[in-house]
Amino acid sequence: MKRTLEQIEEQFQTFQIMNEEGEIVNENAMPDLSDEDLKEIMRRMVYTRILDQRSIALNRQGRLGFYAPTAGQEASQLGSHYALAQEDFILPAYRDVPQLIWHGLPLYQAFLFSKGHYKGNQMPEGVNALSPQIIIGAQITQAAGVGLGLKKRGKEAIAITYTGDGGASQGDFYEGLNFAGAYAAQTVFVVQNNQFAISVPVDKQSAAETIAQKAVAAGIEGIQVDGMDVLAVYAATQEARNRAINGEGPTLIETMTYRYGPHTMAGDDPTRYRTDEMDDEWEKKDPIVRFRKYLENKDLWSEDEENEVVEKAKEEIKAAIKEADNTPKQKVTDLISIMHEELPSNLKEQMEEYEEKESK
Amino acid sequence: MTTVAADVKKLTMIQAITDAMRTMLDEDDSVLVLGQDVGINGGVFRATEGLLNEFGEDRVIDTPLAESGIVGTSVGLAVNGFKPIAEMQFFGFIYPAFNQLMTHATRMRQRSLGRYTVPMVIRAPYGAGVKAPEIHSDSVEALFTHIPGLKVVTPSNGYDAKGLLIASIEDPDPVLFIEPMRCYRTGRTEVPAEKYTIELGKAKTVREGDDVTVLTWGAMVNDTMKAVEQWEKEHQATCDVIDLRTLYPLDRDTIKTSVEKTGRVVIVHEAPETGGVSGDILSVINDEALFYLKAPVQKVTGFDTPVPVYSLENEYLPSARKITWAIEEALHY
Ligand SMILES: Cc1ncc(C[n+]2csc(CCOP(=O)(O)OP(=O)(O)O)c2C)c(N)n1
Repeated sequence: MKRTLEQIEEQFQTFQIMNEEGEIVNENAMPDLSDEDLKEIMRRMVYTRILDQRSIALNRQGRLGFYAPTAGQEASQLGSHYALAQEDFILPAYRDVPQLIWHGLPLYQAFLFSKGHYKGNQMPEGVNALSPQIIIGAQITQAAGVGLGLKKRGKEAIAITYTGDGGASQGDFYEGLNFAGAYAAQTVFVVQNNQFAISVPVDKQSAAETIAQKAVAAGIEGIQVDGMDVLAVYAATQEARNRAINGEGPTLIETMTYRYGPHTMAGDDPTRYRTDEMDDEWEKKDPIVRFRKYLENKDLWSEDEENEVVEKAKEEIKAAIKEADNTPKQKVTDLISIMHEELPSNLKEQMEEYEEKESK
Repeated sequence: MTTVAADVKKLTMIQAITDAMRTMLDEDDSVLVLGQDVGINGGVFRATEGLLNEFGEDRVIDTPLAESGIVGTSVGLAVNGFKPIAEMQFFGFIYPAFNQLMTHATRMRQRSLGRYTVPMVIRAPYGAGVKAPEIHSDSVEALFTHIPGLKVVTPSNGYDAKGLLIASIEDPDPVLFIEPMRCYRTGRTEVPAEKYTIELGKAKTVREGDDVTVLTWGAMVNDTMKAVEQWEKEHQATCDVIDLRTLYPLDRDTIKTSVEKTGRVVIVHEAPETGGVSGDILSVINDEALFYLKAPVQKVTGFDTPVPVYSLENEYLPSARKITWAIEEALHY
């Protein structure tokens, strides 16, 4: 007789639609995407890769602050996002700024987030999202609540939350899955397993073979997806979204991916904990290279089109960084004044004292 | 150049912290280091640099990413005879572990009538001024001085850091050891290579004067010293500057003696004003030296807001101007 754990783990095989050569290996699972959709997904991935490169450069020049690189994770981030509707609610982690941008956060505000300006945290009307989560795991229980709220209000929308493989170790992670399961909340949990939490490899986080299997204990669906295959990520998210809206409960999606860059730009040195071989092995799976091959085989993509996207990205980034630079600096008093709807006297006093003395 | 004896090294505070852990890992097999990225990465601030190589994975342990797990596991190890040194990557990330500290680590001795104890240290980098993202810069020491049974220690330089950390590791009860990030690499002090301890609960008078007592700790010690040095050059008065070093229990004697001498007090801390440790200090002054006061005690603190994102943190932090205004306020009342 097989042990239960073995039986469970056998079922969590990585779901893939397109292999590293850009060939469709799972025709049945192919999502229904128009040629224009396919091209748009490619544009977004290329754009986001450029945004990452420029953000790293701007950080090095001191023009941006906190930045968590995204290259390598485009399929995982943007494939899942492409399956969303505008009304869906995103609860991102600090690396998930691209999903926010494609959900409608203006680029200059994304830069302001990096520059440590609160305007970067203020989602525009019509963009349903919280600002990037710093406290790892906290967004996961909140996502259960947002998903429950959507259900109670009868909305055809979901909450989607992102965390990393490290985030799946937090108590909040288990609590979030469990609550969402208990309520059949309209929530999709995405764990982007980029193999490392800063320096700690995923096999030190847990004895479990996969993160996806953690869904089993919460009584919800779980799936491990090739996170470098944008079609598979899209299809898995779309299915999870449909199930959530149909009252069939939440889903945990684990996307197998890799961050090419350092953890953040604040002094992390990946050579301390990763080998060149490992980097090379993962770069062979690159989500953009793979999808480009697929599209080129279908005559849907050309070098010219790609260059156009690259140029557009560069121009928009240039304009956005200028706009971010030109955004008026905030003052401490602006922040004190919004601590409560009505300011208590101690804060009024602190504000007045500051205005009277310090700001001169 | 001053020459330094062979058994004394000029170390940054972070190096002195590593040195303290190395000393204790070496001396006592029951000492363990655990936390996120403390192994091959040597910690995000490199506080555990080299320790994995020296002492191996059994003693220097990379944990899963879960603060409650780290502290709860440390409590379990501690009741089982180990002396864990747990690292929080930043003080602002300790909140998931609050329950373990509040309801278990600090009550174990009392509620088991001494059958079990928790000789554990939690280290946590804290404070604003290093351009870290949101929540990384909190100074929430007062949340922890309010936990009965928890000692709260904070060094401001390398020499103190080593002696205080070793004393904390050797302490038979839980100690929260918070490390002002801004002091990690901003200067070197002479640190003896050998083991030494600095008694917990003892403040240090870092500058002697007659007219005003300035009480502070952590990163504010250096800022206060600079402000006072500058101010004294231009004025006819002098200040006692006291680095409290331990925030629970407070060094009542040192506070009392200085206040009796000067009769004028300024308290400087970067934490929000309401509920800050300044309240406890005021209470000590009230109990021990009220009738020596010649002026109301002045406080220079953060606002009653979270530490803002980094583009505003310098406006939030007590500045040299604010500190000197408070000194003058105390003096000319
Ligand atoms: C509660 C909490 N603990 C620790 C940290 C410090 N920290 C920031 S990112 C990180 C690693 C996260 O790894 P993972 O969840 O795998 O996501 P990734 O960064 O790889 O996308 C750590 C430990 C934090 N931000 N919040």
